[in-house]
Amino acid sequence: MEKREFRVTAETGIHARPATLLVQAASKFNSEVSLQYQDKSVNLKSIMGVMSLGVGQNASITITTDGDDEADAMNAVAETLKKEGLSD
Amino acid sequence: MRAMLKGIAASDGVACGRVYRFVEPDLTVKKRTITNLDYELNRFHQALEAAVSEVETIETRATKSLGADGAQVFSAHRAMLQDPDVIAATETKIKTEHVNAEVAFATVMNDFAQSFLATDNALTKERTSDVHDVVKRVTAHLLGVNLPNLALLKEPVVVVTHDLNPSDTVSAASKYILGFVTDLGGRTSHSSILARSLNIPAVVGTQTGTQTLMDGDSVIVNGSTGSVVMDPDQAELDTAKQAMLDRIANMKRLATLRNHTTTSRDGVGVTLAANMGTASDIPNVLHNGAEAVGLMRTEFLYMDSEQLPTEDEQFATYRQVLEKLAPRPVVIRTLDIGGDKPLPYLHQKQEANPFLGARAIRQSLAHQNIFRSQLRALLRASAYGNLRIMFPMIATLDEFRQAKAIYDDERSKLTTARVPMGKIQVGMMVEVPAAAMLADRFAHEVDFMSIGTNDLIGYTMAADRTNQDVSYLYQPYHPAILRLVQRIITAGHAAGIPVAMCGEMAGDPIAVPLLLGMGLDEFSMGAGSILKTRQLISQLNAKDLQGLVESAVNSADTSQDVITMVQAAVPDLPQA
Repeated sequence: MEKREFRVTAETGIHARPATLLVQAASKFNSEVSLQYQDKSVNLKSIMGVMSLGVGQNASITITTDGDDEADAMNAVAETLKKEGLSD
Repeated sequence: MRAMLKGIAASDGVACGRVYRFVEPDLTVKKRTITNLDYELNRFHQALEAAVSEVETIETRATKSLGADGAQVFSAHRAMLQDPDVIAATETKIKTEHVNAEVAFATVMNDFAQSFLATDNALTKERTSDVHDVVKRVTAHLLGVNLPNLALLKEPVVVVTHDLNPSDTVSAASKYILGFVTDLGGRTSHSSILARSLNIPAVVGTQTGTQTLMDGDSVIVNGSTGSVVMDPDQAELDTAKQAMLDRIANMKRLATLRNHTTTSRDGVGVTLAANMGTASDIPNVLHNGAEAVGLMRTEFLYMDSEQLPTEDEQFATYRQVLEKLAPRPVVIRTLDIGGDKPLPYLHQKQEANPFLGARAIRQSLAHQNIFRSQLRALLRASAYGNLRIMFPMIATLDEFRQAKAIYDDERSKLTTARVPMGKIQVGMMVEVPAAAMLADRFAHEVDFMSIGTNDLIGYTMAADRTNQDVSYLYQPYHPAILRLVQRIITAGHAAGIPVAMCGEMAGDPIAVPLLLGMGLDEFSMGAGSILKTRQLISQLNAKDLQGLVESAVNSADTSQDVITMVQAAVPDLPQA
């Protein structure tokens, strides 16, 4: 299992567009991928789950990947967060 | 005589073709108890698959016409349709509660939509409309009814609908739309403004169009006369087709002017700008070669909503508009609302005479919290483009000074908070005759003036143009109006500030030679009129028109006198 923390820097937070891209990235892997924000944890392959968190700017989020390709999954998610200017 | 449907002429031109009914089918769902679970689960998956493939088609189309950014919303729809948690929850509901797929899916999705609304993220809250769209699409497949979608059009059709909404993304499908027929609306409703900006013939307000016209019917839509001919004969079709071809050929000629600046034959340059009603007008503004936006209304932010829009929601919209249109200057008008367009959540007083009541800047100054939140959103958005702010309905200098002081106050607070902001010009709309008379005094305190002719004419002639009994008094070329317009332009230039016009008059072929002769700097109009006006101006000699202005302003008695003078001075003037 891999676990990494990120701080959301994007002004508009994780809304529909970044949520779609994160879900697309996570869905490519067999591992379970989850996003934890405050006291809630959701499946990062579920756009409805991700959006229901309404993650805003400066939020601290934790990504967990668990499965045979957990390292690759974590890298792909981190890459998307960076590419979309969501996190450093 | 053929069967004929009468409506309101909303967008010029003739179109003939087959009817495509853009009417939402009945999607009422009944809750049923399911006995055959496998059958129901299978039905659910088939509907999802069909919906996914439909959304993929729409996404491909939208990518082509709007680019990846414009199509992004459809990838979100696809992700919603393929959401593993939603699918699992729906299956569980079907299996454990024995409800039909329609009810199970809608319940699961609506629960999520509720949680979107509970977040603090403004952009997430707005996305509940996408959840409803997705539910509708799946429901339609489950019910086996066709959910019409303009993005799925494959051949040119005449679109028949109740009314168009800003969310109907008509622009992307416009090349397959020959004409519009609507049940509702008038010349100034959203459908009409949109049709004109896309140069698509339209007849609105037919009342019964969607009941009378069926898919595949042959019709001729005449957007200049407001009539729809049903089941036309060959001769009628031939005439209509020729008119349609001529119009399309003319539009192609005009399209070559899209990336040109606007200059008269003798080298006088002016700016042709577009008026915008919502952010969804952006593609049209660009497509029609606007050099600026001379009027962006903000009412839609307040009217399409059940509560006051938050500062962040407004900021997101203004930023988007400024970014997409940069480096073009964009004049955004602060809220122009009052008793004639009441907002239910504001609990405005009933007024005997709303057009002379607490509207526009008067309302803003009386409810400063609303005004300040709009100004803060605008100030923050100014970092992303070329923003100009305009106050509507200014009657006295005190009003302008008060509004400007509030603006300065919010600006200095944001400066202290180190919020990035751009340079902003702050100007006024001149639409109250008192302000027009005192334009020379205002000109020293404002960065620009923009003449709002629709209201200026209404207030000067003391006539409501939507009242048919007095609409004849709406006379843009009346010498009294021309004197006011000239007065404002002269006053602005004497003080060294630019003068714009943002009413319908700015794109009117009779008025354009007069305005060019008076030295108007910027003409802002419905995007659909820009290319025609650019062509017209390129054929005019601005210097020669000064004589025409002189006689129209000083020696015409009536509006008709002015029309006669313009037609004599400029032969071959195009039709209005």
